[in-house]
Amino acid sequence: MSLPLVSKVPDGPIGEKWENHKFSVRLVNPNNKRRFKIIIIGSGLAGASAAATLGELGYDVEVFTFHDSPRRAHSIAAQGGINAAKNYHNDGDSVYRLFYDTVKGGDYRSREGNVHRLAEVSLNIIDQATAQGVPFAREYGGMLDNRSFGGAQVSRTFYARGATGQQLLLGAYQALMRQVEAGKVKLHTRTEMLDVVLKDGRAVGVVVRDLVTGEISSHSGHAVVLATGGYSNVYYLSTNAMQCNVTAIWRAHRRGAAFANPCFTQIHPTCIPASDEFQSKLTLMSESLRNDGRIWVPKNANDNRPADQIPEADRDYFLERMYPAFGNLVPRDVASRAAKRMVDAGKGVGPLKNGVFLDFATAITREGEAAIEDRYSNLFEMYNRITDEDPYRQPMRIYPAPHYTMGGLWVDYNLMTTVPGLYAIGEANFSDHGANRLGASALMQGLADGYFVLPYTIGDYLADYLGEPYVPTDDPAFAEVESEVSERVEGFLASNGSRSVDWFHKELGKIMFDQCGMSRSEAGLQKALSDIPALYEEFKNDVRVLGNNESLNQSLERAGRVDDFFQLAQAMCVDALARKESCGGHFREEYQTDDGEALRDDENFAHVAAWFWTGDPGQPELEKEELSFENVKLTTRSYK
Amino acid sequence: MNITLQVWRQEGPDAPGRFMTYQVNDISDEMSFLEMLDVLNERLVNQGEEPVAFDHDCREGICGSCGVMINGQAHGPQLGTATCQLHMRKFQDGATIVVEPWRASGFPLVRDLVVDRSSFDRIIEAGGFISVDTGSAPDANLIPIPKFVSDTAFDAAACIGCGACVAACPNGAANLFTAAKISHLNLLPQGQSERWTRTENMVTLMEKYFGSCTNHGECEKACPKSISIDFIAMMNADYVKAKFKNRRLVSQSG
Repeated sequence: MSLPLVSKVPDGPIGEKWENHKFSVRLVNPNNKRRFKIIIIGSGLAGASAAATLGELGYDVEVFTFHDSPRRAHSIAAQGGINAAKNYHNDGDSVYRLFYDTVKGGDYRSREGNVHRLAEVSLNIIDQATAQGVPFAREYGGMLDNRSFGGAQVSRTFYARGATGQQLLLGAYQALMRQVEAGKVKLHTRTEMLDVVLKDGRAVGVVVRDLVTGEISSHSGHAVVLATGGYSNVYYLSTNAMQCNVTAIWRAHRRGAAFANPCFTQIHPTCIPASDEFQSKLTLMSESLRNDGRIWVPKNANDNRPADQIPEADRDYFLERMYPAFGNLVPRDVASRAAKRMVDAGKGVGPLKNGVFLDFATAITREGEAAIEDRYSNLFEMYNRITDEDPYRQPMRIYPAPHYTMGGLWVDYNLMTTVPGLYAIGEANFSDHGANRLGASALMQGLADGYFVLPYTIGDYLADYLGEPYVPTDDPAFAEVESEVSERVEGFLASNGSRSVDWFHKELGKIMFDQCGMSRSEAGLQKALSDIPALYEEFKNDVRVLGNNESLNQSLERAGRVDDFFQLAQAMCVDALARKESCGGHFREEYQTDDGEALRDDENFAHVAAWFWTGDPGQPELEKEELSFENVKLTTRSYK
Repeated sequence: MNITLQVWRQEGPDAPGRFMTYQVNDISDEMSFLEMLDVLNERLVNQGEEPVAFDHDCREGICGSCGVMINGQAHGPQLGTATCQLHMRKFQDGATIVVEPWRASGFPLVRDLVVDRSSFDRIIEAGGFISVDTGSAPDANLIPIPKFVSDTAFDAAACIGCGACVAACPNGAANLFTAAKISHLNLLPQGQSERWTRTENMVTLMEKYFGSCTNHGECEKACPKSISIDFIAMMNADYVKAKFKNRRLVSQSG
């Protein structure tokens, strides 16, 4: 039923692919656009920008979000910034350099064609956001300011204090609300998508549940776009918002959409360490802190002295020692693994010995407290609020936490999944970051897909269906899915077990973090693949969901999401087991160099692993999309 | 520490509501307020009672989902802090804490501590945007914007749309929320074309749902982003001007 894995990256020189493609895709006449209905799930950067843009173009758009307002989507929490190859600072940046850095940073596991397009449209994103009134940081002369970020050697990151994601999302949200007012977009809030409906192999609509009334209903359209973000919450503790989940893309996967590289997850090095069992989520501290903070641990394990009583001679600035060229600014995967090695060696700091120090003393001595305050005051305040410690006086404690998922639904160059008419954009797809995402590139990709890629490419699919009405919701295809969804919901309520949904989620998270987190081994993954199905069985028989379907029931919402996490977790472990190499965020203990660095295997694993649903979550079927590199030379990433 | 909670429980908008008293023992002062509610909910589920419904998501004080009245104060006792960032160390061991939903006619109750804030979306819809279709933007550095203008616009744009300003206001007014968006856009050169229509339309819509401002200033104190009520003054000034300017447009078109 599903389409074959054909990437559809156009031929031609790398710099002309997108330009040529835009010319060759079919267009939909302005007067015909209103005859096409497009369903968009999710209202974050990707979903809101796509909905606004498609509405402006004249399409009939319906947006669904489980939030009470589109503005709550988790894009809002991005702190650091957004990359664009503007070269406003005359420091040698270019579209080609951003492309090159992104392919290299992704450890050569992404498509060249997609990444180059991303770098090209990065320029337009900044223009668009500025025109919308996004208050990016400026210099005294009134021009836009930039900073360097997470290992980049040029200043290409635009930012809005520590709230770049918020400001960009509000820009997209406001553009979306303008289209709602204009009648081009219909908005459904507190409505969760629970399945995709296919007819004759094409996506023709969705089944959703109204979270307030429990009503399950069908909605049809000519195409369905999933913009539902990432799945880091499979680990329970992550930097994701509490409600982030995999349900929309997982349900699409079960209907035939291939899931690509599920094991490619990113662990962010600078988060506040967990303080105890009750911890509900982990808080990220922007990576920009590494520009001025020095990371260290005591040289000796079990050194219990407070930081200020440990003399210089007894400190190990391990990143500076191991990576003299990049020091504290090595990419996220490298920094995270190094911190883990220190903590595993018993050198962790803090009451639970589960962190490393991020110390600003040198920077404060060098530039004065005021300069540091100017740069990071909001982050220092947030840290203080959570830990009750003052980072001006004592070093912060940080530890890596699951943050972003590079894996997601497989999409072709047009962002279409293996199900015709079903698209995935933003973090929900796998396309641009390979095995590791660079800092300040998530916002870029979400907006690139929504503002500048999907609006062009979707027309090519729709052009075939001109004059065809969309499948009505009284079609048997919808009734069947609706009854499956109802059955599933009723099943959770009927199970009447003894443990809460959250208890199961926490247990699953522990298994995943230990066995499929920052480092993975064959034995560990095998263990996870036997532990997870056992826990899943217990979940199915013993979960307790109180209340009913007919009113707001947050436990019921979570039950479905955790159910899907149980299935996804198995696919992640299977993928991690099959990828017998270390690359980017995927570190297999068996494949490392003598000094503990990741050992890639380009001979056998320069491919995208696309998994198809078979009915058994532990036994998906693998198809490979081979990656070819015509412009970027594959080298070992070295930050020494 | 041990806490006594008095929590507002109400099954739906039309059901009768009541305070329920829960004893929450053995909690850590390192917990956030919402983590304390998580613990309460976990215990309620284990006892076979339905958990307390409350909105929350990012737990980093930026999404604006959360927000409850804590001992009569929106977001609780700590200045400039959303409920999710408030920690139990701010309370005394043995304290009794009263937890209620936002109470305002503009925010109908959904369940327990959850209210419907979609009226805020309607205000944005009325003009809280700059009309620029995707693709039509000029180069971002074409219009220099003085740093202090941009910074002030940011101060207003920092609003997270949580609704604490309305909940804290004795009149249930949404002037701080509306003023923050109007000021953000009206301060910037990009926002000038629609300045007067935006102001009039958004204020008109605001008045449809919410009460009137009588300068109590509670909103500023409750705001987790400490947004200044100076922005309300800016909105009022623009509203008066808009009334004249928009009338002139009417006469021109007529």
